[in-house]
Amino acid sequence: MAECGYLDPFACGKLPLADWMTDGLRWAVDNYRPFFQAVKAPVDSMLLSFTAALGAVPPMVVILVVALVSWQIAGVRLALGLTAILLFVGFIGVWPETMLTLAIVLTSLLFSLALGIPLGIWASRSETLYAVLRPLLDGMQTIPAFVYLVPVVMLFGIGNVPGVIVTVIFAVAPVIRLTYLGMKQVPGDVIEAMRAFGATESQLLWKAQLPLAMPTIMAGVNQTLMMSLSMVVIASMIAVGGLGQMVLRGIGRLDIGIATVGGVGIVALAIVLDRLTQALAKPRKKGEWLSRGPIGLVRSVARTSRTDSAQQLPSSAIKN
Amino acid sequence: MTDAVIECRNVWKIFGDKSKEAHSAVTERGLSKKEILEQYRCVVGVADVSFTVGKGEIFCIMGLSGSGKSTLVRHINRLVEPTAGVIRVANQDVNALEGPQLRQLRSQSVGMVFQNMALLPHRTVIDNVALSLELRGMTRADRHDIALEKLRLVSLDGWGDRYPDELSGGMKQRVGLARAMAADPEILLMDEPFSALDPLIRRQLQEQFLDLSKVLNKTTVFITHDLDEAIRLGTHIAIMKDGRFVQVGTAEQIVTEPVDDYVADFVKGISRLELVSAGKVMQPLADGQSSALFGPSVLATDKLSKLLQVAKEHDGVITVSDGKRPVGVISRYDLLNAVSG
Ligand SMILES: Nc1ncnc2c1ncn2[C@@H]1O[C@H](COP(=O)(O)OP(=O)(O)OP(=O)(O)O)[C@@H](O)[C@H]1O
Ligand SMILES: [Mg+2]
Repeated sequence: MAECGYLDPFACGKLPLADWMTDGLRWAVDNYRPFFQAVKAPVDSMLLSFTAALGAVPPMVVILVVALVSWQIAGVRLALGLTAILLFVGFIGVWPETMLTLAIVLTSLLFSLALGIPLGIWASRSETLYAVLRPLLDGMQTIPAFVYLVPVVMLFGIGNVPGVIVTVIFAVAPVIRLTYLGMKQVPGDVIEAMRAFGATESQLLWKAQLPLAMPTIMAGVNQTLMMSLSMVVIASMIAVGGLGQMVLRGIGRLDIGIATVGGVGIVALAIVLDRLTQALAKPRKKGEWLSRGPIGLVRSVARTSRTDSAQQLPSSAIKN
Repeated sequence: MTDAVIECRNVWKIFGDKSKEAHSAVTERGLSKKEILEQYRCVVGVADVSFTVGKGEIFCIMGLSGSGKSTLVRHINRLVEPTAGVIRVANQDVNALEGPQLRQLRSQSVGMVFQNMALLPHRTVIDNVALSLELRGMTRADRHDIALEKLRLVSLDGWGDRYPDELSGGMKQRVGLARAMAADPEILLMDEPFSALDPLIRRQLQEQFLDLSKVLNKTTVFITHDLDEAIRLGTHIAIMKDGRFVQVGTAEQIVTEPVDDYVADFVKGISRLELVSAGKVMQPLADGQSSALFGPSVLATDKLSKLLQVAKEHDGVITVSDGKRPVGVISRYDLLNAVSG
């Protein structure tokens, strides 16, 4: 029906992009399989240790640790809230799946940070690198998450480890971007002052740039974490276990019950991780945290018992 | 001159991508700052400046906003690379220094106070003051001891644990001052260090600073907008305009013999009483002229304020002597002339 001509040049034939991709990928698989397998190894061992650790520790210990940490960095209210959420997750019966998902997310986060923060710092120092990186990052953030799955499966296979890899690819962009931004936002006069008093490049980085960029970097960590969590669900399509798997099964069988339970678990995990990283992202003054939360409590108890005025309750620490 | 601690020779700084071309254009064709900006899109920061500062001297630089004062002092510790020219500090060519030597110069020999303070917002006051010591690897206890002592010097003891954002502008400037002095550098670069202080503290710090630099024999380059300050502190004063030194001289030279209207404008309204000496206003005695004049006598180095005192108490002509012999006379008319400028 369609005739090849000026009016419909598309009918004359097409660029075999799909074939190119297929051939290219096959070529990569054939020639570089050992390389891709080697990439899997560290991810695999990291993931195994996280899974083993989170699986071995009794649930109440995990909850206690989360409660103490959140009390320390944000206050009693958040600690109570997060404890309630985690208890709820446990009582609806998805604790093991939640821990698996958490292990995958944490592994992905670790690799994203190990990759993203140095890249962000480097990009902030090299305009050329940033010029190359920017379109790549834009691409990685706009390409639908599903699209990553095919090449990753072909190169790495299926399962939790490829799941982590695809999650890192999907979620690394924000931490790179925000590290770059944080580094760029460090005031020029501070950098000049550091130089004027004899700082080396690494002193400049560790003593001025990174501390000042930290709140922004932490905002990037938070975004990366949230994106990892959403990707872990999608990655259940390549046989990643955990909460995402439950949701996927629910969809497959039109089982609203199991989908809901899985979904609630994901939301709960998202809230916990989000609140914790957001609390970390708030700029804090050095040393202040020593006098608050559980550490502050312990310290003030120790102090009052040392000064022998044990009647005085360390109420200020509890209030925080 | 071996006692020159800081020496700048024909220093040029032109900002912009085509700074080299712009520089050769200025030197060959003598374009103005404005023409350079139009033709090369380059900003002339410093133009052909030469000066030396001897050991223990305070060299004051004055000039309107944008005249290049901050840019010029930044050359001395190489925060800015010159487009052309030589800068020597303590007999080393600053622009030939390698990394470690340059860092040593910066952390031990040159202390700097910034116009905008530039304190590190994430560090306490004491850690700000101790910065140069920390950067060269001194232990925490040692550097805090020194920093505390410097904080006391600027009357900020007790503020060590605070953060810069808890301080007023003047307090921040004093922290900046303490930070610059922490390493006991032999050279101080001060970019409007007292501008945000109230007159009382400013006066007090100026005097403290004068004493200090005399006792410790510090060499200072001092930028200020305040002519009174420059006169009080400066061994020499340079007036800067569009990147160039228009005039360099002692306070008395600048005030009594301004080279052009720009400088004259600058020194207009300044009180001459403490500046101009009797030797400048007297009518010299011709050789062999009688030295048996009656009336009061002053030294040639006495200032106008002293002359006024004397004139208030005695009528008639004042004799000026060089300590041994009379060298000139000053009439009422001469005196009034000198006071009014
Ligand atoms: N990094 C830079 N890039 C481009 N131009 C600059 C730069 N730094 C300074 N300039 C230009 O150099 C000139 C001199 O600036 P400078 O800061 O030295 O002036 P200043 O005399 O210290 O003024 P102020 O009294 O306001 O502090 C100005 O015209 C300024 O625009
Ligand atoms: Mg300036």
